[in-house]
Amino acid sequence: MHATLKTILAKSGPFIGLILVIAFFSLPTETREYFLTYNNFKIIFTQTVIVAIGALGMTMIIVSGGIDLSVGSTIALTSVVGALLIQHGWGPIAVLLAVIASGGLIGLLNGSAIAGLRMTPFIITLGTLGVARGSAKWLADNQTVNYDSSPLNSWMTTANPFSLTLPTGVWVALVLALLTSLLLRHTVFGRHIFALGSNEATARLCGIATKRLKILIYVLAGCFFGLAGLFQLSRLRQGDPTVAVGLELDIIAAVIIGGASLSGGVGTILGSMIGALIMAVLRNGSQQMGWPTYFQEIIIGLVIIVAVFLDRLRQGRAAA
Amino acid sequence: MTPAIRLRLTGLQKSFGATRALRSVSLAIAPGEVHALIGENGAGKSTLMKILSGAHAADAGTMELSGQSYQPENPHDARLKGVAMIYQELNLALHLTAQENILLGAESTRWGCVDQATSRARAQTALEQLGHGGLALDQKAGDFSIAEQQIIEIARALLLQPQVLIMDEPTSSLTQADTEKLFATISRLRAQGVSIIYISHFLEECSRIADRYTVLKDGETVGSGAMKDATLDHLVTLMTGREVKDLYPRTPHQPGAVVLAVKTAVLARFAGRNVSSGHGSSVQPTCSLEVRAGEIFGLAGLIGAGRTDLLRAIFGLDTLTRGEVCLIGADAQAATPRHRWQQGVGFLSENRKEEGLMLNQSIADNLTLTKMNTFGRGGWVQQNRQQRAAQHWVDALRVKCRDSAQTISELSGGNQQKVALARLLEHPAQIFLLDEPTRGIDVGSKAQIYQLVSELAAAGKAVVIVSSYLPELLGLCDTIGVMCRGELTAIRPRADWSETDIMRAATGST
Repeated sequence: MHATLKTILAKSGPFIGLILVIAFFSLPTETREYFLTYNNFKIIFTQTVIVAIGALGMTMIIVSGGIDLSVGSTIALTSVVGALLIQHGWGPIAVLLAVIASGGLIGLLNGSAIAGLRMTPFIITLGTLGVARGSAKWLADNQTVNYDSSPLNSWMTTANPFSLTLPTGVWVALVLALLTSLLLRHTVFGRHIFALGSNEATARLCGIATKRLKILIYVLAGCFFGLAGLFQLSRLRQGDPTVAVGLELDIIAAVIIGGASLSGGVGTILGSMIGALIMAVLRNGSQQMGWPTYFQEIIIGLVIIVAVFLDRLRQGRAAA
Repeated sequence: MTPAIRLRLTGLQKSFGATRALRSVSLAIAPGEVHALIGENGAGKSTLMKILSGAHAADAGTMELSGQSYQPENPHDARLKGVAMIYQELNLALHLTAQENILLGAESTRWGCVDQATSRARAQTALEQLGHGGLALDQKAGDFSIAEQQIIEIARALLLQPQVLIMDEPTSSLTQADTEKLFATISRLRAQGVSIIYISHFLEECSRIADRYTVLKDGETVGSGAMKDATLDHLVTLMTGREVKDLYPRTPHQPGAVVLAVKTAVLARFAGRNVSSGHGSSVQPTCSLEVRAGEIFGLAGLIGAGRTDLLRAIFGLDTLTRGEVCLIGADAQAATPRHRWQQGVGFLSENRKEEGLMLNQSIADNLTLTKMNTFGRGGWVQQNRQQRAAQHWVDALRVKCRDSAQTISELSGGNQQKVALARLLEHPAQIFLLDEPTRGIDVGSKAQIYQLVSELAAAGKAVVIVSSYLPELLGLCDTIGVMCRGELTAIRPRADWSETDIMRAATGST
């Protein structure tokens, strides 16, 4: 009985955090009216989409014991690629596939370099961060890439406040989260990711092709980052090579707040999604409170530290 | 005249939540006495040591050091009061020099700066007290051998002139020769009047080096006395609470056809080190062996002689510079761990924590990692099937745990090792490569693993065991080969070996 209570607490930690943050913004008179409305949550969900999809890929990478610092640049590059293809008259499905593929290609470069050169993911992806950002600016000729219109533009819109339906992006993120969660928990590929992150030596000893696995993880994660780039494009309605600077840190923060460990082997998709939501709710609430952006940044920074500290406290107690 | 008592513990109790780690522990040690503390894993030895070294406080009971009440507030306080501890895992800063390590936390300073001359003299004195005055003080700790690192650690403990020195499993990573040197060191300290609490799973060692013993079981002192009056059987019976009539079972088995052969293999680490061929020329050290189905083949030798290298090379974790590994009905070229598992070869790592197991994953995941794809179709893992498979071995091997979903780090060493071994059974392997399968685990689990290995051989599996513990090899194996400096020098049936013969072959002094 006692043990089950502990497990429930250990598993629902991030969820309790989310409820606390929502409660915090529901109480003050400035925000009480509007904060807890369906429309506001529609906006919050929509604002979460890009970080959430990025966090799907990042969760796989972090659980495998890796890290990817090049996500923001990858999103910028793929959104520029998407904008250029629309300019050239490609249809939305073709653009979708091409953008995902270009994200996967960057993942392939990252993964091959990490596995093949046996270098730490931190260094390789720090390098890719610069390479991808520079390539985005080069491709875009150092300016935004504009196009007339595209069906893509409607995928992230919350323009009609009276419509009850959620934008396409939110549904895509939800379905992908469900699929990725199943992938991580119930497939050989997913269990091998945990094995790799928990102890690479054991994985190798047990006959897992660790190099190929690493490359696969970065490629798949890259596809998610490409998709996030597409939604970035849909949101801005133009390809901007300077967009999403530092977004990888938000994504990593979401995964960590969600209970994943940077040393690998631990993490859940549900946790990461809640982590992404916590950050979006914090942003949204702070804006409605009329707090300046620097104040939001300070708060989010502190939340990351407190979340990980509480997590360690909880883990310590669970182990005792 | 009765000798004065240096340390006396009376009725110590300690609980962690609902777990009673110590129920009633009493112990008395005279000055200049080596006192063996014996007990299975979980008997309360670690808790007792933590209380003695000041990491925990006892709930009840008294401790007296040289007649004074002894209540250390923390490990530093314990050191100042005269109780020093040497842990099983060495605690050295590998990038600092030997001298810096010895003086760590007790540096001689002058106006806030390290006083080099005094520091050096103090470190030198401590080393000379151990009979190792020649150790290079300016060399980085990481560049010393494990045995030398241990000397550095002991020197650090001696710096504050302790009255009681606690050594936790000091020989678990030492070779036989280094163990001998350590014993000489212990005898020296004993002659200087230091009281030593010696904790070890190796009962033969305890009976050689200790004057007296205390046996703990389930947090209680169940026996103590003079070592010379105690037989090993008696100690084992006290520890386990049951008669262990025969630690090494001999299930009858008949070796069959050769299933594994290594032909003139040159291990990568030894490729450059030529040995004399006896005809004036020199050749590379080689290893050749044949293992039959239903045979238990032991590999003896000093640590670093290449036993682990050979096992890893057979399994495809290391590459051979020359020579080949042949398996019955298998492609010799396909030599990666992945292929080896497919060919029915299983490997148990000597390093359970760093290589053998994924500590923060479940028992089920650890046990079935080599064959995840067999628990469902199309890359899907049906967790109930996986857990059923794991539960079978948990029950069969009596692994103490809640269920197969429990995280492996929460288990004791012996139970962890059973899970690591069960991975080979579940796969199932036909050829078992076991590297130090009983290192650091309790007698009960050891006996179980011996029984298991014997049954495997009876069932026609081939088993290769690397071990530094000679009684184990002599008790268990059909054939024993000895390695020395990368060369497999002699292979004979067990009956033709004695411990002395093996040590001679292992040290190259034939």
